[in-house]
Amino acid sequence: MLKQIEGSKAVAEAVALCRPEVICAYPISPQTHIVEALGEMVKSERLAPCEYINVESEFAAMSVSIGASAAGARAYTATASQGLLFMTEAVYNAAGLGLPIVMTVANRAIGAPINIWNDHSDSLSQRDSGWMQLFAENNQEAVDLHIQAFRLAEELSMPIMVCMDGYILTHAFERVDIPSQEEVDAYLPSFEPRQVLDPSEPISIGAMVGPEAFMEVKYLAHAKQMQAIERIPQLASEFRSAFGRESGGLVRTYRMEDAETVIVAMGSVIGTIKDVVDEMRDEGHRIGVLTIVSYRPFPLEQVRGALQHCKRFLVLEKSLAVGMGGIVATDVRMAVTGAGLRGYTAIAGLGGRPIFKAQLHQLFSQAEKDELPQVTFLDLDWEAVNRQQERERQTRRSGPVAENILHDKGIVSAKFG
Amino acid sequence: MGFQPIKFYQTGTYTVGNRLLSPDQRSVQAAESRSNSINSGHRACQGCGEALGARYAIDAAMAESHNRLIAVNATGCLEVFSTPYPESSWQVPWIHSVFGNAPAVATGIAAAMKVKGKTDVRVVAQGGDGGTTDIGFGCLSGMFERNDDVLYICYDNQAYMNTGVQRSSATPPAARTATTMPVGPEPGNPFGQGKNLPEIAMAHGIPYVATATVADLRDLEYKVRRAMRMRGARYIHLFVPCPLGWGTASHDTIRIARLAKESGLFPVFEAEHGEVRSVLKIRRKVRVEEYLMPQKRFAHLFGSHPHPEMVIRIQEIADRNIRKYGLLDEEEAA
Amino acid sequence: MIKPFAITLKPGTSLSNLTGTWRTERPVYLDRLPPCNNACPAGENIQGWLYHAESGDYEQAWRMLVEENPFPAVMGRVCYHPCEDQCNRGKLDSPVGINSVERFLGDEAIRRGWKFSEPPDSSGKKVLIVGAGPSGLSAAYHLARMGHGVEIQEAGPMAGGMMRFGIPKYRLPRDVLDAEVKRILDLGVRLRLNSRVENISASMQGFDAAFLAVGAHIAKRAFIPAGDAAHVVDAVSLLHSMEGEERPMLGRRVVVYGGGNTAIDVARTARRLGATDAIIVYRRTREKMPAHDFEVEEALQEGVMIKWLSAIRQADEGQLTVEKMVLDDKGMPQPTGEFEKMEADTLVLALGQDVDLTLLEGVPNLEIRNGTVQVSGNMMTGFPGLFAGGDMVMSERSVTVAAGHGKKAARHIDAYLRGAAYEPHSKHELADFGKLNTWYYSDADKTVRPMLDIIRRQTSFDEVQGGLNESNALFEARRCMSCGNCFECDNCYGVCPDNAVIKLGPGKRFKFNYDYCKGCGLCAAECPCGAIKMVPEEI
Repeated sequence: MLKQIEGSKAVAEAVALCRPEVICAYPISPQTHIVEALGEMVKSERLAPCEYINVESEFAAMSVSIGASAAGARAYTATASQGLLFMTEAVYNAAGLGLPIVMTVANRAIGAPINIWNDHSDSLSQRDSGWMQLFAENNQEAVDLHIQAFRLAEELSMPIMVCMDGYILTHAFERVDIPSQEEVDAYLPSFEPRQVLDPSEPISIGAMVGPEAFMEVKYLAHAKQMQAIERIPQLASEFRSAFGRESGGLVRTYRMEDAETVIVAMGSVIGTIKDVVDEMRDEGHRIGVLTIVSYRPFPLEQVRGALQHCKRFLVLEKSLAVGMGGIVATDVRMAVTGAGLRGYTAIAGLGGRPIFKAQLHQLFSQAEKDELPQVTFLDLDWEAVNRQQERERQTRRSGPVAENILHDKGIVSAKFG
Repeated sequence: MGFQPIKFYQTGTYTVGNRLLSPDQRSVQAAESRSNSINSGHRACQGCGEALGARYAIDAAMAESHNRLIAVNATGCLEVFSTPYPESSWQVPWIHSVFGNAPAVATGIAAAMKVKGKTDVRVVAQGGDGGTTDIGFGCLSGMFERNDDVLYICYDNQAYMNTGVQRSSATPPAARTATTMPVGPEPGNPFGQGKNLPEIAMAHGIPYVATATVADLRDLEYKVRRAMRMRGARYIHLFVPCPLGWGTASHDTIRIARLAKESGLFPVFEAEHGEVRSVLKIRRKVRVEEYLMPQKRFAHLFGSHPHPEMVIRIQEIADRNIRKYGLLDEEEAA
Repeated sequence: MIKPFAITLKPGTSLSNLTGTWRTERPVYLDRLPPCNNACPAGENIQGWLYHAESGDYEQAWRMLVEENPFPAVMGRVCYHPCEDQCNRGKLDSPVGINSVERFLGDEAIRRGWKFSEPPDSSGKKVLIVGAGPSGLSAAYHLARMGHGVEIQEAGPMAGGMMRFGIPKYRLPRDVLDAEVKRILDLGVRLRLNSRVENISASMQGFDAAFLAVGAHIAKRAFIPAGDAAHVVDAVSLLHSMEGEERPMLGRRVVVYGGGNTAIDVARTARRLGATDAIIVYRRTREKMPAHDFEVEEALQEGVMIKWLSAIRQADEGQLTVEKMVLDDKGMPQPTGEFEKMEADTLVLALGQDVDLTLLEGVPNLEIRNGTVQVSGNMMTGFPGLFAGGDMVMSERSVTVAAGHGKKAARHIDAYLRGAAYEPHSKHELADFGKLNTWYYSDADKTVRPMLDIIRRQTSFDEVQGGLNESNALFEARRCMSCGNCFECDNCYGVCPDNAVIKLGPGKRFKFNYDYCKGCGLCAAECPCGAIKMVPEEI
């Protein structure tokens, strides 16, 4: 059913259609609207049977999910940013125990400086946690990915983060097709846990494993994700058959025919990129887009396959490996190792910095001309950066960086002089 | 007295079992059919109070739940010595997640059981004092506050034993740990408030809070069974001496626990909805020295450079407990 | 389910980790000797029979008791219960009332008519027993139960010996004594009354062995100058005459000279015979008095008076001359030269008793010293086949000691008859108080037996001390701490952190599972009764 609906509400609807049995809620922007909506559904018994638990922290949210999942319940929670970091220990643990929890990450920057706006640093920080990570391009895909995520997670008995850009998607009202309960039920079978805490068949979950078996355990987790590389396209294809929509998969290409330059990205920025690419195509540029939907597992072959016929690629990512450069770019570069391609990295949109078409237009043009350095920081205020660096050269104690920059940019000057 | 005393005097009222009692009055531990929730072959030290306390408590919970029980374990000695791959000592469904989240994991399991309509399956979470009073405190408080249907059992051995005897917020004043060494003018753990978790639990107003020791099995079983007959958040704080960490003989584990209670340093009581309902009276009162002296962690209070002033302060703590909880019968207290 | 590799484990699989290899000491179960058993002159397994009494199985308790001693109802009245003096419970609150439970069992057996089990087939051997007192009857009982033919020749008109002629009725009602004697005779023991053995060598003809069990019925004399009209009698005769038809005439003021239990018995008897004043004169102090404290106490309650540190120097009609004494450094009384007069209608001398040994004249290799027959460790005299016990041999003289002698002699006689030697079991190590963990015993004070009201105690020969009823006998039995002997309290089974104690089921006790026992010693430390000890492992 088509609805003009906020992204968070749409996701809540989708999650509810997946019949979660235990939902843990802890407020953190920008995921709050999702759990708020779910809470209302549980309270009104529209979503039943379901236990909705207001926990005291994200650490507890993930821990409660672990318990619920280990006891055979379909468990769901949502978080973002600091919240994801606060639950990190439990995040790793859920994956280590192979518990198929689905969690929405409403992607948001990580402080300090504290910042509530979108980038991908939070979920990318968990790239090695053992969770799968699927990135939604728009709210329709966010809805669809949740449905696919429950199925994939439970098939493999591994947890999944469905990542959607905070505010940009979570708070955007768009037209979304919400499937019917019958459709979802037909696609998503009820949860058959691989292992379950059951008094009639006791097991001990969470043993201490020493050097004699630890590597094997880790390899098996890796192998599961390799298995997911096969299953994700199959599930997407089944999804298309069932729901009549293209959603999910490992990667998606856009206007890649004879492209010499390919822009690689994840999440909602793909929309803006596509618009720019359309314009550039109209101008005759041989440029295309590669969308990475599955960040973990990372589809090395599929990325290589998509890129191998181009001349250069530019990874535009909303994340920064401080002291190194791109995070996604590193993976992409590994995928095309030896293919002789020129690769560029653009760090963009950190902390919610808007990404405008004009900036991208210019960036992509520079890429086409191979005028870019290895790593580009899009829309960086070099004047502010330089002034701070100058201050630091002169004075050892130059004051807080963030405040200085805000001051330089005139944002706080009006208030504080 | 916490438990219903056996109605006639006889040899063995305080023993584990008693052939003279009718079977329904006997302790769970006396039964050949007890569940041995934690089985032989675990790697706990000789005379481990926690291993003993865990079997006492979980067997009682098993009996009360008709073996419909799931146990959660925080990281710690109990977890490590019971489940090193490839062997588990547990005979109940059991899960270990991380150090600080046992109460929350238990909440999740209880929620799963509720949503599935398996309300006969009961959930027990357990952790050491570090996992309970320190790192797991947030999750524990949350579980209490929501009144989740979980019985949490803290095995209190008063320090981080698994990592090599470091101080926790349950470490008593003057005790030597690896991070409170017996040096300086006030050797050992500083005199402070510590964290009185039973009272903090009571402040949450949860249905049931009790303390117990491994020295009084019948009281402990009574409390576990009573807790299991209730719904909602319940807390049992179980005193379990650690021969390794305390520097006591392995055969003294129960005696030391008994002395802790008899000295008044560890008050044994039960509370409902924040109100103390009963206390286990001191039966043969001892001075704190009798409890402290067999323990090497307090050796610096005695010996060639003694600290009698610190012993006096510890006695004051015991006396305060005795007054506060009414641990002595009136004629003795007077 | 396909469990995840390594992370998830099968339940209880730690059984493959045999932690018994950690052990440097191993616990072992043992039976230690309870102090009560150790102290019992009759060698009763007190802890053993109390164990059955604790569960209310009084018949089993009684049967175990009479394995050693056929007189529980008598013992429960007249035994001075050294067991209770040694009882570990005395260090905790007060000793277990062993004696009162024994009496309860004895009375219960009489009330219910319990019989001894049938003796085995006859051995064809015949044993002569001289004297139907406690040692003779005890020997007869044990020998009969071993299948030997027994004949008792008793000089007196009734069986019981000192139990009848030395102990007043108010302490031992005669129907009780008669019942326990009859039960022995019912085993087929032949009793010949009024048959004084004048010469043992002659009387032994036709018997394979003989046991001398003659009581000390001859009163010791002290030289006290007495006027012709003075009324002086001896205690033995007095108590003996109490069994006759006519009661002796003692007058209103009776003085008893002596400090033993007999003196007390006489004084208390005198009260009951109507004496307004019954005064014991004793040369030393209460602390030095050989009479048992509780008997002194009861006598005082009944109005008996005691004049301490006094020696009688002369007896005249209605009057005695008494010299004040002092104790020297060694506690012996010494005269002071201070005299006083005392009124007395009768003076009863209770100065000890001797055995009439004339029947032994002419027996070869028999040694007599200090009025007693010398016997070796097997209670045999120098003459083969002739054994002796009770008052005849050098020993404390009491009914219980005598009963013990009878048992011991019987065992040696049995071995002698079979041409063998009796080897008693080696004694277990003592379960002293330090071996116990008394925490586990509930606080429970001793049950006080009811006493007859004081008026009837002063005027009748009704039994002074009552018995326990079933509920307080059970209570009292349950006060037993079972020192040194497992009573299946399950403590070891419970306190083992390694589940390394195997419970074998009711009555079968426990065993250690050394595959898992780490040797922590908690079981031994928390065993209430000291029935586990730690022994070093051979490494």
